[in-house]
Amino acid sequence: MNQIIKFTIDDVECVATKGQYIIDAARENGIFIASLCNYPGVKPKGSCRVCSVKVNGRLMTACTTPVSQGMAIENHTDELNELRKKIIELFFVEGNHFCPSCEKGGTCELQALAYRFKIMSPRYPYFFPQREVDATNPKLIKDQNRCILCKRCIRAIHDEKGRTIFAYKRRSNRVEISIDPKLGRELTDEVALKAMDVCPVGALLIREKGFDTPIGERKYDKNPIGSDIEHLQIPYSKTKSNE
Amino acid sequence: MSKPIVATTSLAGCFGCHMSFLDIDERILELMQLVEFDKSPINDIKKISRKCDIGLIEGGCCNSENVHVLKEFRENCKILISVGECAIMGGLPAMRNGIPLSECLEEAYQNGLTVKESNDARIFPNDPELPIILDKVYPCHEIVKIDYLLPGCPPRADLIWEALIAIITGNQIKMPYEVLKYD
Repeated sequence: MNQIIKFTIDDVECVATKGQYIIDAARENGIFIASLCNYPGVKPKGSCRVCSVKVNGRLMTACTTPVSQGMAIENHTDELNELRKKIIELFFVEGNHFCPSCEKGGTCELQALAYRFKIMSPRYPYFFPQREVDATNPKLIKDQNRCILCKRCIRAIHDEKGRTIFAYKRRSNRVEISIDPKLGRELTDEVALKAMDVCPVGALLIREKGFDTPIGERKYDKNPIGSDIEHLQIPYSKTKSNE
Repeated sequence: MSKPIVATTSLAGCFGCHMSFLDIDERILELMQLVEFDKSPINDIKKISRKCDIGLIEGGCCNSENVHVLKEFRENCKILISVGECAIMGGLPAMRNGIPLSECLEEAYQNGLTVKESNDARIFPNDPELPIILDKVYPCHEIVKIDYLLPGCPPRADLIWEALIAIITGNQIKMPYEVLKYD
């Protein structure tokens, strides 16, 4: 039988099954931990560090750390929220995130997190790197300008034989996502759509589609990211960051 | 006590932020009771004529004239606000920032598909009256100190309104989730 364990997040008592990752356990207890590279059902990577929490006083990524009995987790503190804000701002200056012209606007998780943390502008200078758009695939367009290198597409998208379709190429600050030319050509509509949905930003887009939901009705236009998790808990408007 | 004075300008922008500003609709009558306007496209005053309290900047800096106007605003405004994505990060004009300037100019005036009819002699515009184009498009806060930033493309009318009211009345800005958007 699965062992039930108890732990706390910001002094709120929570229960989880042994072996669950902090972020998943928190979600089941109605607590939102901000994250970018994590995707439910996909092996965690811990690359973006947005989900950093303090476990018994030490910084850990909530998506790769399993909960244990009696853990005292800090999540919604000024220090951690400031750290998360800085990371999100770094993402914005590192790439070319032109929100006004992006098809993913309103459903983009990077943007939604910035809204949630009320970021008016990044505090760092913009890099404006020169990056390419790859439009060679018949189903997908890959815009490296917007990619945050979370590896979600690499980890989540496979063909029916279990082969990965996306991969990293190059090294260091020139690293980018590449689509396997052969497997990419045979992409089904279903897998292409999944790839677009898995991408937290607008780096993977389905061809001949976009801007199909009017402004004001998109996923994060009215409701902040995480509010679906938190509806069991304190509403967003009453949380500490909003005071 | 005299009313606070507001000046607004559009640098490398599309006037969309000014259109959004006008979207405060009938509240503009209320605003007229609260402030006076100096230079602004809304009243068509072309030059800043006195010291102002609040300056609203739309658009980033893509040429020497933008920098000149921005510096003039900074000298004459107590509080300077970047309004919109272009003022904050360069916006769509900044899409050229990853491309060398010579390539941009060559594409526009020499090699582009439509150049033949419009610019048969293949000359770069060189009239001394024209401002000089900068190597890239700069966010306003990289040129002068900016006090507040209002994101959006355009920023929602409610965000501009609430920001102005907050500054005029000296209160905290009321910012519901729906008004902070980047597009």
